[in-house]
Amino acid sequence: MSNPETKTNPHYAESNKNTTRLGLWTLAWLITLAIAAFGPKLIWNFHTALTVLAVLINLAVGARMIFANKQHLQGLDEMHQKIFLDAAALTLGVGLVCGVSYELFEDIKLIQFEPSISHLVVLMSLTFLAAMVGGHRKYR
Amino acid sequence: MKNRLKVLRAERDWTQAELAAKLAVSRQTVNAIEKGKFDPSLPLAFKAARLFDMAIEDIFQDDATT
Repeated sequence: MSNPETKTNPHYAESNKNTTRLGLWTLAWLITLAIAAFGPKLIWNFHTALTVLAVLINLAVGARMIFANKQHLQGLDEMHQKIFLDAAALTLGVGLVCGVSYELFEDIKLIQFEPSISHLVVLMSLTFLAAMVGGHRKYR
Repeated sequence: MKNRLKVLRAERDWTQAELAAKLAVSRQTVNAIEKGKFDPSLPLAFKAARLFDMAIEDIFQDDATT
């Protein structure tokens, strides 16, 4: 459903364009990540050159995704930039503190399984999401 | 920080969306500024002052001085 404000407010037009661009680069990064993760085993039987190529493409697309995220942030108005940056700061802190502690838990035998980076990614994603929702509610 | 944005907007019969478009920010930001929940940056305050053809201090007042 199109928002009529989008047509009259230049801020929305630019912001929507940046959001779409970020979404597309994120999708591209996920696809190249999946290819780099599953391609060696399922498609090209661990051919080293193809694996290195897939990893390099994934890193290049990842760099472009980071740039798109920066553009997205710069295209937001100042209140939404503040909400985003507050959420990013909280996410960074939670990721660092919990990530280090999580790794430590295995070293000191508080947990019996090997820590997985995916758990940290999920935690950081949920933290960012909750912080963004909280930020929007704060200024509503 | 207090402000007269809502009054000035109403005097001109503008909606929040129309004011937001003129200031090139989101409607949510205009709403938050009007409610005093978000303080605008100096460039945005100057932009609002130019739009209403007024001095910044006639639109925005520091809580400590009122």
